[in-house]
Amino acid sequence: MMTNDNQELYQQVILDHNKKPRNFAKLDPATHTAEGYNPLCGDHLNVYLRLSPQHTIDEITFSGDGCAISKASASMMTTNLKGKSIDETNKMFEQFRELINGKLNPQKDPNILGRLAIFSNIWHYPARVKCASLCWHTMKAALDKEPKAVSTE
Amino acid sequence: MNPKTNFDVRTIRKDFPNLNVHVHGKPLVYLDNAATTLKPRQVIDAISQHYREETSNVHRGVHFLSEQATKKYEKAREKIQHFLNAKESAEIIFTRGTTESINLVAQSYGRTFLKSGDEILISRMEHHSNIVPWQMLCEQVGCRLVVSPINEKGELIWDEFKKRLSAKTKLVSIVYVSNSLGTINPVGDIIDAGHHVGAKVLIDGAQAVSHTEIDVQGLNCDFFAFSGHKLFGPTGIGVLYGKRELLDKMPPYQGGGDMIATVTFEKTLYNVLPYKFEAGTPHVAGVIGLGAAVDYVQSLDRDKAEEHKEQLLAYGTQELLKIPGLRLIGTAKFKTAILAFVLPGIHPHDLGTLVDREGVAIRTGHHCTQPIMQFFNIPATSRASLSIYNTQKEIDTLVRAVKKAKTIFD
Ligand SMILES: Cc1ncc(COP(=O)(O)O)c(C=O)c1O
Repeated sequence: MMTNDNQELYQQVILDHNKKPRNFAKLDPATHTAEGYNPLCGDHLNVYLRLSPQHTIDEITFSGDGCAISKASASMMTTNLKGKSIDETNKMFEQFRELINGKLNPQKDPNILGRLAIFSNIWHYPARVKCASLCWHTMKAALDKEPKAVSTE
Repeated sequence: MNPKTNFDVRTIRKDFPNLNVHVHGKPLVYLDNAATTLKPRQVIDAISQHYREETSNVHRGVHFLSEQATKKYEKAREKIQHFLNAKESAEIIFTRGTTESINLVAQSYGRTFLKSGDEILISRMEHHSNIVPWQMLCEQVGCRLVVSPINEKGELIWDEFKKRLSAKTKLVSIVYVSNSLGTINPVGDIIDAGHHVGAKVLIDGAQAVSHTEIDVQGLNCDFFAFSGHKLFGPTGIGVLYGKRELLDKMPPYQGGGDMIATVTFEKTLYNVLPYKFEAGTPHVAGVIGLGAAVDYVQSLDRDKAEEHKEQLLAYGTQELLKIPGLRLIGTAKFKTAILAFVLPGIHPHDLGTLVDREGVAIRTGHHCTQPIMQFFNIPATSRASLSIYNTQKEIDTLVRAVKKAKTIFD
């Protein structure tokens, strides 16, 4: 009896990532980390990255607590960013931001978002846009910081 | 027809035009009354009449409209005096709301009379607006903020509260009714205990004014703060009640027009109470609207209104607890019609979005009381807060919407 428009937002893929988030662990050692917090919701997460010497994302994980949207978004972000270069990452972040603000139509506009296009309905829920973007901002903040030396011990 | 003898929800609902709105194609079920209540047409009409026919500044002109507006403005002050049973209308100061009222006391009274080594006692269940102004004061004068703990039901622990009172306690500032838990605090005892050690006592009445009759002289509190918008009145207007003997000793909070007697560049003489604390053009329409809101509340049979809300609370508690896994946050013995809860596996924000699609407005989040969330070790709750116009049928709609949301997440 799921005929109402909630399905637009809470699609099976999102519910699944919420229940079984991928790459949901602390990464040790990590080259880049940052903490993200949405004081309005109390959503709280950490993003961990390990970059290769060629500046591609070897590993990306997250930990924390939040609603289904923020958890699923973080989970899907990690699966989509693994192996990507910094340039690709920045481009994807740019397009994701346009997507969740209703400025990019994944069916029409060329993009590299892949499965992330599932968040295209979220701009109908303005109060929830920040839930989807928190992990991306946190990831970006981590990348913009000076890298931490990776300890091999 | 005398509404005083006949509390009829159907009649009451007709007073609130906002109830006729549809949300996502469903009739609005408004259960966010602790955030702000809807406004009856009596209030909307009073504000609209002011802007349509009586627009004018107050205390500043001899022309007809200004005199009209001033009269209504001061009449509203008297209504609020009687509403709170204050000794005189000069003890009623108009502010932007509870938040500004508390800040006024912190900055005017606190900065003048508190010093390093003094203590301010609050509780774990305070709204941020009854925490942060005191933290700011502590930074300014070097006094210390002391926090009294609560128990698992969300009640103040009386012995712990008493233990934290001493000759060092100069101010006690406590919420009458918790907006997150519904807990009704024993403010009479709190005030007496505070006075016993020589402290002044402020009561945050934001949630209390719509729940019970207030008698500031009977309570003997030193300050009492509330917001108009939680009492069926407009936003942007609120009240600080203070005892004259204290207000007289306090310096102005802000400088400007209306708060002065004479101004020269050598010396400015301040105006008398209450104008000393009302610098600048006040929210005239807001004050008039608040006066109408107080009239409205007083036209109701308040005992019957409370009885109605108590029945809704009992019914809502019973029905929500039938949902497997649901846990109520805030189960005080004495509480108002606030139903805050958590459900395993569903974050409150997801629940809020899902029930909103059914037309049900509830609040989700930390409700400006993060220390309470930390105490219960939860990030947030979902909160249904009930008012006089709510019905059992609306609670059924809430429960149905929560169950439906649950099927999506299970
Ligand atoms: C208990 C309590 N205190 C203080 C406030 C602050 O009121 P306002 O935001 O109207 O200043 C509120 C409401 O938000 C409240 O519920």
